[in-house]
Amino acid sequence: MTYDESTLEKLKADAAEVRGRYPVERSALLPLLHLVQSVDGYVSPDGIQFCAEQLDLTAAEVSAVATFYTQYKRRPSGEYQVGVCTNTLCAVMGGDEIWKRVSERCGVGHDETTEDGKISLERLECNAACDFAPVVMVNWEFFDNMTPETALQLVDDILDGKAVKPSRGPDEVPTFKEVSRVLAGFEDGRADQGVGAGEPTLAGLKTAKEQGWTLEGGAK
Amino acid sequence: MTELVPVLSDIWDQEQSWKRDTYAANGGYTALKKALGLDKADLVQMVKDSGLRGRGGAGFPTGMKWGFLPPDDGKPRYLVVNADESEPGTCKDIPLMMANPHVLIEGVAITSYAIRCNHAFIYLRGEVVHVYRRLLQAVREAYEAGDLGKNIHGSGFDLDVTVHAGAGAYICGEETALLDSLEGRRGQPRLKPPFPAVAGLYARPTVVNNVESVASVPAIVNNGVEWFTAMGTERSKGHGIFSLSGHVKRPGQYEAPLGITLRELLEMAGGMREGHELKFWTPGGSSTPIFTEEQLDTPLDYESVGAAGSMLGTRALQIFDETTCVVRAVTRWTEFYKHESCGKCTPCREGTFWLTQILKRLEAGKGTEADIQQLLDTCDSIAGRSFCALGDGATSSIISSVKKFREEYERHVTEGKCPFDHAASALFTYSSDTASDEATTEEAHA
Repeated sequence: MTYDESTLEKLKADAAEVRGRYPVERSALLPLLHLVQSVDGYVSPDGIQFCAEQLDLTAAEVSAVATFYTQYKRRPSGEYQVGVCTNTLCAVMGGDEIWKRVSERCGVGHDETTEDGKISLERLECNAACDFAPVVMVNWEFFDNMTPETALQLVDDILDGKAVKPSRGPDEVPTFKEVSRVLAGFEDGRADQGVGAGEPTLAGLKTAKEQGWTLEGGAK
Repeated sequence: MTELVPVLSDIWDQEQSWKRDTYAANGGYTALKKALGLDKADLVQMVKDSGLRGRGGAGFPTGMKWGFLPPDDGKPRYLVVNADESEPGTCKDIPLMMANPHVLIEGVAITSYAIRCNHAFIYLRGEVVHVYRRLLQAVREAYEAGDLGKNIHGSGFDLDVTVHAGAGAYICGEETALLDSLEGRRGQPRLKPPFPAVAGLYARPTVVNNVESVASVPAIVNNGVEWFTAMGTERSKGHGIFSLSGHVKRPGQYEAPLGITLRELLEMAGGMREGHELKFWTPGGSSTPIFTEEQLDTPLDYESVGAAGSMLGTRALQIFDETTCVVRAVTRWTEFYKHESCGKCTPCREGTFWLTQILKRLEAGKGTEADIQQLLDTCDSIAGRSFCALGDGATSSIISSVKKFREEYERHVTEGKCPFDHAASALFTYSSDTASDEATTEEAHA
């Protein structure tokens, strides 16, 4: 492994904490893979070796797991993962056109990274926000109700190095490495930022309140 | 007129609704204190009596699932919450956990107590990082308040909760694949039996429940079985979140008694978008056979939807108007199943590949009449022939759409192109060359 001493020490300390969350250590593998992405930006050969040593697995066993899951990147990727949902609902509502325009603007296709290393583009499967369609995710933060114009503005801002703010999420989108650390189970102090719910989330509650429907009434 | 019942969604519009203080100020964690004073077996019986059925899609009675655990042998047993919400169209658990993670945590604590579990897991899909932040914080707040940890509220009951992030694999929503994934392996379904109740996580007795099922438990404990069974229909009791998406004026989450109809929900959602009419919809996500306007008055409960030829599933109502090409919609769903097939069972792995090939050919206007029959034959080779339901789900929209819209498939063949202007379905205006926008995405999911 080529990690310098302080990086390795930090990784080991974090890994010990992750392992401690589970009764059987192997369960720590998914979070540990997120953890090595938070250092390397992808699942590097060093990262695989590190996970293997931590959990007493072979590198082949770790690779077999890492390659199964789409969030683990197999080669260096962008600082911002921009994903356009092109599953049926979002695609029909405009996601296909958004994908096309964003891909043209960035000059890269699915699972490719811009030359400056800023953006990796991805066609996403359903991200559980269909009532906000069409949806774009940046580093797994929600950008709701997108249009080609708002999506192009979003990637332009990222390419220009400006901070971008999700519709439902923290005040600004952290980098892929920072987000990967959260996914390894380490809080980043941003949980209280952003809204609790978007407008569609509240559509039924609002209707019930306007109609004066109460639980007692509804339970009749 | 059926009325909405905001049980789980009641505090979603409050300031910092995700904080423990907000939840507690609205009666949160009173059910836990009450439950800790009850007999464990009585709690299991209460949930059985409530008729609560799994809200993750399959609709299996929740209390019965708890009751399947073998007698306590003093060794660990586990609760695993399935928060891997990924079924296309399904978008209820994610907003629930973002707005009010504590109702889930309280449900986890009560359920764990009832089934004698001292370490529970919440398996959240990894692609929703802000929801993960909220859950991590909620668990920490709950420990600090004594709702989790050692000797909870002086009861002598200990519970640890670990929130675990997945890494992008739809199949992990299948409960045994989820368990393999949680054990640090590739997420592939296990052969059943043994069922998780006997040999689940780490081969120990395990209950796997959906987020909404577990979150429904505190209100049942607080309000009683009769309150819950007063809602819903004869065999589909209680409330559920209905997620409306697509070409409707006000898409979103509508919490209602089971048995509400799409006609009623559509009216609450302001109807279809201006100047358009309903063409087809899914009652419970993309794995459920599609419906049309003929099922507008079908009560959305497990039995009625089943009798009408589909499944209630996750109550993910994806609603499409007349501008939508059904072949395009089905092709995209099928690409999804191909992408997400874990590869373990040959019929699903190979079958979804060939279905995608045929559908893409048809949608591009390059198919033949025989392709339509081939689709159905290939579906026959997949459905019921794999370990889990992913392969079955892949065939649902194909079989149902060919049945209901066969002439539309045929038009693709006879006209030699897709007869729809895809731009007309979008929520914004653009001029389209439909042939090219699909072509550029040819191998994107390879």
